[in-house]
Amino acid sequence: MAEKLIELDHIGRTFGQGKQKVRAVDNVSLTIKERDILCLVGESGCGKTTTGRIAAGLLRPSEGRVLFQGQDVWAMERKEFKRYRKAVQIVHQDPYASLNPTHTVYKILSAPLLRHNLVTNAREARLKCAQLLEIVDLTPPGDFLDKYPHQLSGGQRQRVSVARALTVNPSFIVADEAVSMIDVSIRASLLGMLSRLREQFGVTFLFITHDLALAKHFAWEHTIAVMYVGSMVEIAPTPQLIDEPLHPYTQALLVAIPEADPHLTRNKPRVSLRSMDVPSLLNLPSGCRFHPRCPRFVEGLCDQQAPDLVPVGDGRYVACHRVS
Amino acid sequence: MNRRSAQPILTWTEGPEADVPLSVRDLWVEYRAPRGAVKAVRGASFDLYKGETLSLTGESGSGKTTLALSLIRLLPRSANVRKGQIIYRRDGQEYDVLSLDAGDLRQFRWKECAMVFQSALNAFNPVLKIWDQMYDTVKAHDHSEREEVRRRALDLLRLVQLEPERVINAYPHELSGGMRQRVLLAMSLLLNPQVIILDEPTTALDILTQRTIIDLLRKLKEELGFSMVFISHDLSLAAELADRVATMYAGRVVEVGNVYEIFYRPKHPYTLGLIKAVPTVTGGFQELASISGSPPDLINLPTGCKFHPRCLYAMERCREEEPELIPATKGHLVACFCWEQVQADWDREWQQREPEAMEVAWPRS
Ligand SMILES: Nc1ncnc2c1ncn2[C@@H]1O[C@H](COP(=O)(O)OP(=O)(O)O)[C@@H](O)[C@H]1O
Ligand SMILES: Nc1ncnc2c1ncn2[C@@H]1O[C@H](COP(=O)(O)OP(=O)(O)O)[C@@H](O)[C@H]1O
Ligand code: SF4
Ligand code: SF4
Ligand SMILES: [Mg+2]
Ligand SMILES: [Mg+2]
Repeated sequence: MAEKLIELDHIGRTFGQGKQKVRAVDNVSLTIKERDILCLVGESGCGKTTTGRIAAGLLRPSEGRVLFQGQDVWAMERKEFKRYRKAVQIVHQDPYASLNPTHTVYKILSAPLLRHNLVTNAREARLKCAQLLEIVDLTPPGDFLDKYPHQLSGGQRQRVSVARALTVNPSFIVADEAVSMIDVSIRASLLGMLSRLREQFGVTFLFITHDLALAKHFAWEHTIAVMYVGSMVEIAPTPQLIDEPLHPYTQALLVAIPEADPHLTRNKPRVSLRSMDVPSLLNLPSGCRFHPRCPRFVEGLCDQQAPDLVPVGDGRYVACHRVS
Repeated sequence: MNRRSAQPILTWTEGPEADVPLSVRDLWVEYRAPRGAVKAVRGASFDLYKGETLSLTGESGSGKTTLALSLIRLLPRSANVRKGQIIYRRDGQEYDVLSLDAGDLRQFRWKECAMVFQSALNAFNPVLKIWDQMYDTVKAHDHSEREEVRRRALDLLRLVQLEPERVINAYPHELSGGMRQRVLLAMSLLLNPQVIILDEPTTALDILTQRTIIDLLRKLKEELGFSMVFISHDLSLAAELADRVATMYAGRVVEVGNVYEIFYRPKHPYTLGLIKAVPTVTGGFQELASISGSPPDLINLPTGCKFHPRCLYAMERCREEEPELIPATKGHLVACFCWEQVQADWDREWQQREPEAMEVAWPRS
C-alpha cells in the first residue's frame, strides 16, 4: 500500500469579518496517497482554490490540520516546513499572469535552480533547463530557451509553468484549473504530459477543475472529490462516482451536464430540483448546504443537521443523511 | 423596412427562399489594432432555416462573437465590414441588413432579430427596475399600450419560470446570474422576433442553472417557434441543442450540417479533431487526441487553407489555395479539399472499432 502523502483533517477557512465573513471552506477532509491523483471538482466559488492553497501550505486553515507525510505542517520546525513547501508546487490557471514577461524561458527556469543550489554554474543550468523542456515536450529545447513568454502560445506557456514547477523536484503538484484556459484542441496533450510526470517521476497530483469531464479523463484510474458551497459532499474512485453517484448533488450534477455526443446527451434522465437558487457563502443554508435544492430532502433533519462525510465502503465517502 | 433592391441571393436550401429567414454570404470583418488588421471574420457564409436551432461553434477567437455582432450591426467602431451580404427575409420580402438606415435598423433589432449576450449584468442599466428596462425596450421599437406590454412582460417572465410580480419590480443586482439570464431571454422575446441570437448565454452560469436554461430554451422555441442561432465554444451544448451545427475556424464557417452528421460523420479535419479532443462525462473512458500546433494569429495568417499547419491531411494545394464551403453530401457543406478522404478514414475507423455502433449512432437511410 502506498503511503499517505498529504492529509487535510477537518480543515475550515474563513475570510473577512463581521457581515462580510465568508466561510470559504468548511470541515473538509481528504487524503492523497503517494503517486496518486485526486481530482477536486465543483462549481466556481465552491472553495477549490482555497482548499488547494491550504494543501500547498500557502494558506493557513482557520481550523483543522494539514499533514504532510504524517507530520502536522503548521507545527513543523522552520527547516521541515521549508522542505515541505519545496516538495509542493502549484500550477495556476493563467500562464500569462504567472510568468514574468521580461524574462526568457531560460531565466524563468534557471532562477529557482540557482536559488536552491540545484546547479552550480550556468553551463549546468542550461543543460538542466533543456532537460526540463524536453520533459514537458517543448522540443528541441534550443528553440525555446531564449524565447519570451509572449512569443509562445498559451499551451507552450503552460508547459513552461509546469517545467518551472519541476525545477525543485516536487513530490506533489497542485494543478489549479491548469488546462481550463487552454484551447480545447490542445488540452489532451497537456493532460497526457501531466500524467506522464506521475508515471515517470512519481509525482502526486491534486488536480482542481470545474469540468467533470476533464476530471474523469485525467483521474480515470484514481479518485474524484466533489465539493459544494465549501463542503465536501462525495469522494469515490472515478468510475464508480461517474456510473453510480451516491450523493444527491453529484447525481444532479451528472445528469445536468451536457455531453459532447448528441445521442448520449439527449437521452439523459432528468432530475428536478426543489429550488433554482444557488446559495450564497454570506448566507449559508442551515444543516446540509444542498437542502434547499435537494430532491431527497427530509424536513427536520436535513435543514437542522449538517451531515458528516463518512465512509460507505469500497473506498467511498458520502456526506448525506439518506446515504449510509 | 425597405425592400432591398439587389438581386436575389442564392441559397443552398432545396425549398423556397422564404424558409430561410437569414442568409450570410462571404462576410469579411476586420478590427483595427496597433499590430495590424485583425481578420476576425473571413468570408463566413451560412443559412438559418425557419424554426431551427443552428449552433455556431469553434474555439475562442474563431470569430463567433464578431459574426453575431455583425448580424445586428452592433460592431464596435474599430471594426470594419469589408465585404459580404447579410440577407433577412420575412413574409416573402428580402432585406439587406448591411444597408438598413438608422430607423430601419432600430426596427430590425429586437423586433425582427434579438440578441442575448454572455454577461447578463452588463446588459442592464443598474438603476432601472426590470419593468422599466422592459418597457423602455418596447417603447423604442413599438407603439403598444403600456398595459398590454406589461401583460406580455408578465407572461414571458412566467414562461421563463420566474415569479413575475416579484421579478418585474426588482433591480438587476437583486437577481442571481441565472435569473438575470432568464430575464434577458424574456426581454428578447418581448417583441416576438423571428430570429434570436444567443452568444454563450450559459457560459457564466453553474451547471445546474445552465441545465434549466437549456431546457427552457428548448421549450420556448417549441412554444413560440422562433429560429435560433446558438453560439458556444462548448461542443456539448451544440450536441444538446442544435438541429444543425456550423464549425468556425479562423473566421470562416468550415463545415455545416445536421447535428448527428457533424458528430458521427464529420467531414472537416478540424471538426473531427475537436470531437476527438473533447471527453464526455458518462459513457466510459475514451482516448483523446489533441490537434497539433495552436490556433492561428489572425493578424499574420498562414497561406492557403488556414488550418493547413495543423492538418494531418494537408497537401501541396492546401498551402496555396483556400477551399470554398461547398455541398459535400445532401445538406452538408464543407470547406476542405480532402473531405472524401477524411470521411473514408473515419468510416473505416468506426467499422473496425464497433461495426454495429455506427448504424445505431447514424442510421443511414
Ligand atoms: N483571499 C480571500 N479573501 C476573501 N474571500 C476569498 C479569498 N479567497 C477566496 N475567497 C472567497 O472564498 C470563496 C471560495 O473561493 P475559491 O476557493 O477561489 O473557489 P473556487 O476555486 O472553487 O472557485 C469565494 O466566495 C471567494 O470569493
Ligand atoms: N474590439 C476588438 N478589437 C480588436 N480585436 C478584436 C476585438 N474584438 C475581438 N477581436 C479579435 O477578433 C478575433 C475574433 O474574436 P471573437 O469574434 O470574439 O471570437 P469568439 O467569439 O469566437 O471567441 C479574436 O482574435 C479577437 O481577439
Ligand atoms: S443530507 Fe438531506 S438535503 Fe443533504 S443531500 Fe442528503 S438528502 Fe439531500
Ligand atoms: S483543405 Fe487541406 S489543409 Fe485544409 S482542412 Fe482540408 S486537407 Fe486540411
Ligand atoms: Mg479556483
Ligand atoms: Mg465570443
